[in-house]
Amino acid sequence: MNDFLDPSGQPSDGTAVRLAGRIRPAPENTLSAEELDRARRARRSFMGKALAMGAGAGAAAKAVAGAPAKAVAGAPDKAGAPREAPGVDGPGDKAILELPPHTTGLGQPVAARGYGVPSQWERNLQRRESPGLTRVSASSVSFAPLQGMFGIITPNGLHFERHHQGWWDIDPSRHRLMINGLVREARVFTMDDLMRLPSVSRIHFIECGANSGMEWGNNAVPTVQYTHGMLSCAEFTGVPLSTLLDLCGIDRRNGRYVLAEGADGSSMTRTTPIDRALDDVLVAWGMNGEMLRPENGYPLRLVVPGVQGVSWVKYLRRIEVGDQPWYTKDETVHYVDLMPDGQHRQFTSIQEVKSVITTPSGGQMLLDKGYYSVSGLAWSGRGRIRRVDVSFDGGRNWRTARLDSLVLPKALTRFSIDWTWDGSPAVLQSRAIDETGAVQPKINQLRAVRGTRSIYHNNAIQSWRVAESGEVFNAQVW
Amino acid sequence: MRRCGERRVRSLKRVLPTAALAGAIAIAFGLAATFGADAQAASDADAKAATVKTAQAKTPDAKTANATPWAGIGRPATRSEIQAWDIDVRTDFKGLPPGSGSVEAGERVWEAKCAICHGTFGESNEVFTPIVGGTTKEDIESGHVANLKRTDFPQRSTMMKLSQVSTLWDYIRRAMPWNAPKSLSTDEVYAVTAYILNLADVVPADYVLSDRNIVDVQKRLPNRNGMTFYEPLWRVDGKPDAQGDACMSGCRTDPARLAAAGLPEHARDAHGNLMAQNRVVGPVRGADTTRPPRPDLDGAQVAALAEATMLASIPHQRKPEDLAREANCMACHAVDAKMVGPSFRDVGAKYRGRPGVAEMLVGRVKNGTSGAWGDVPMPANAAIADDDIRVIVNWILEDR
Repeated sequence: MNDFLDPSGQPSDGTAVRLAGRIRPAPENTLSAEELDRARRARRSFMGKALAMGAGAGAAAKAVAGAPAKAVAGAPDKAGAPREAPGVDGPGDKAILELPPHTTGLGQPVAARGYGVPSQWERNLQRRESPGLTRVSASSVSFAPLQGMFGIITPNGLHFERHHQGWWDIDPSRHRLMINGLVREARVFTMDDLMRLPSVSRIHFIECGANSGMEWGNNAVPTVQYTHGMLSCAEFTGVPLSTLLDLCGIDRRNGRYVLAEGADGSSMTRTTPIDRALDDVLVAWGMNGEMLRPENGYPLRLVVPGVQGVSWVKYLRRIEVGDQPWYTKDETVHYVDLMPDGQHRQFTSIQEVKSVITTPSGGQMLLDKGYYSVSGLAWSGRGRIRRVDVSFDGGRNWRTARLDSLVLPKALTRFSIDWTWDGSPAVLQSRAIDETGAVQPKINQLRAVRGTRSIYHNNAIQSWRVAESGEVFNAQVW
Repeated sequence: MRRCGERRVRSLKRVLPTAALAGAIAIAFGLAATFGADAQAASDADAKAATVKTAQAKTPDAKTANATPWAGIGRPATRSEIQAWDIDVRTDFKGLPPGSGSVEAGERVWEAKCAICHGTFGESNEVFTPIVGGTTKEDIESGHVANLKRTDFPQRSTMMKLSQVSTLWDYIRRAMPWNAPKSLSTDEVYAVTAYILNLADVVPADYVLSDRNIVDVQKRLPNRNGMTFYEPLWRVDGKPDAQGDACMSGCRTDPARLAAAGLPEHARDAHGNLMAQNRVVGPVRGADTTRPPRPDLDGAQVAALAEATMLASIPHQRKPEDLAREANCMACHAVDAKMVGPSFRDVGAKYRGRPGVAEMLVGRVKNGTSGAWGDVPMPANAAIADDDIRVIVNWILEDR
């Protein structure tokens, strides 16, 4: 049995050899003959075990302090003490060997920031405009950075925005909600009134009808933030619209539609059918545990699960019950889908089954070959996601992904799947199926029916092309 | 939202599968009363039952709202309040206020308030899409805009798509001008609407649009027949028009597409440097779009570049209050109160105005001191950069 280190500190008869970043462990034991003998004699006693463990620890400390040290054999400690893994040969990472300021100093006090904000190292993830998409920023969109988000909840500060006449930070004590039209009594509610009513909390996605709309004709933008970022998901808290309508005595025989109207400059209006209005529509003030953000309609907005975001009227000021649709501007001149024959489809509200891989995605770089957990989001305005399949060869072959987290109706669902990248080119796609059996279509299938000028409701399969350099590109592949 | 009554109906349907639904409801009401569920559930069931009955009645049941404990929340709206907010106009012109405006008056309003965004002839400038253009006399006859069939027509103006004149009137009144919405009078809205319609040859130049003749205008809209109600995307249970294929292996693909490039090279940095739009830890980094795509895989270099890009973006100038907090002065000091050490306000008051005092204080902070304010010493603060100490001291000495 050889000493671990001979008196000069050099490895003695050892054969620990460093090979290109890997250590081949030498077969010797860690303890000297004398230490082992002592430990063996004492091994049945508590002190003996402690001695053996201490002897083992002492040997390990010797191994770390000197350099170069040998690796340890796989043979277990004969004294019976559990074996701690020693380290391998090597100089070591400066990030470990040189203790950083935060390990040798005092940190910030509590409540240094009364409303916490993300780490400064997260500054790259922001909602952003897409240059050239619109000409004025007050009638525009900011896209959520899906490429950096986890789970299914969109943090409030990264929630996408869409405004037609800018956003405001409204004084909630002066905000009113009016309900009129085909009701027994038209009523006015303050925020105090509304927030006393029995409320519910529901997790739902909100997607702009024009999400992915710039890619109807061809690839147009480089990252998942811009291809799919008019999409967010939050836990909304509010009173069901049905509760309010019943409170006002809705005329259920004649009331077939509701009009929602906003208090912003555009006083955005949209028609919602009564079956949706009485089902899961909420008059909401809460968003992920706090009040709505001003950019998302503070203090009150409509939540219309599964329906395109334009119906989720912000700064909600009025609900009218009627017997005809209103043909508002944003369901008559905009949010109408142009078909190849020159007709526009109207009242196209529901967001159909859709999915996208967010890691890795366009504009990102894989750093290495090997294992990745490919991950993305799936959603459907008609209910729950049933299944998501992923392809790595541009749609020739598919494997079914795991559905993580909650699988909720009309909410984002997170999926992931194992992938070992061998460094060769690949094309990644995801394809979702919802509980109605609807299967997410390919872009050429959609174009065959709707042409290329539809603008809205592009729920096509998204392709990401991985090059040998590890860079990921937006591609249209079928 | 599930209701007690509905749950009871369903469970009864299992027990009495042949009972008609109406019969089951009647039985449910009877059973609810007979079996005497707890008081709350029974009153809920009654409330829901009353609601169900309401659906079949001719008039809303006044008793329904009073059945819930929150029925008194809110208050009735006054007529003036409803008038102030109920501004929508339907396609049957319900809601359209009386009034009128000529094309000529509309041109004056247009020049003053609209042309700056929409152009003198509604063609718009670089700011907004055109309102007028692309429609013909033939379209007015047919009610379908022919240019909508063309894939090479550059823009789709408002008048190419507009199918309801009420929509145009409603939108101008509620949302225009863009930066001063709801500032036009009723007659101005009629006038501006008339002007737009004249630009599109829907009405002649001497036309006076009013609530009495607007229904005639509807019959001349170029795209009045151009909309199709698409029910599958209106109803939550509709079926898709393009159903994907759930094939799992050996699926049909177009190999030519696999070889196709994505975005053109010249657009590589059109959205900025993507390296600065991705996180600096995790399985990936952003691509450096300020340079052409790399030819080879070199993760270490990419990661290093991503971190350098991030460090370069963190602002160097931080506020004195933030520096003081990060340097942990606040462990012993507060701005306005004595703690372990004197308040900054007291320090400022004591030393302000004395020549050379700033550097003296910088030295004390850096090297430590005691005795100036009591026995408790201030330790040396060697870890803080001299420049940062200087910023903090100057801030303390500021006369506020």
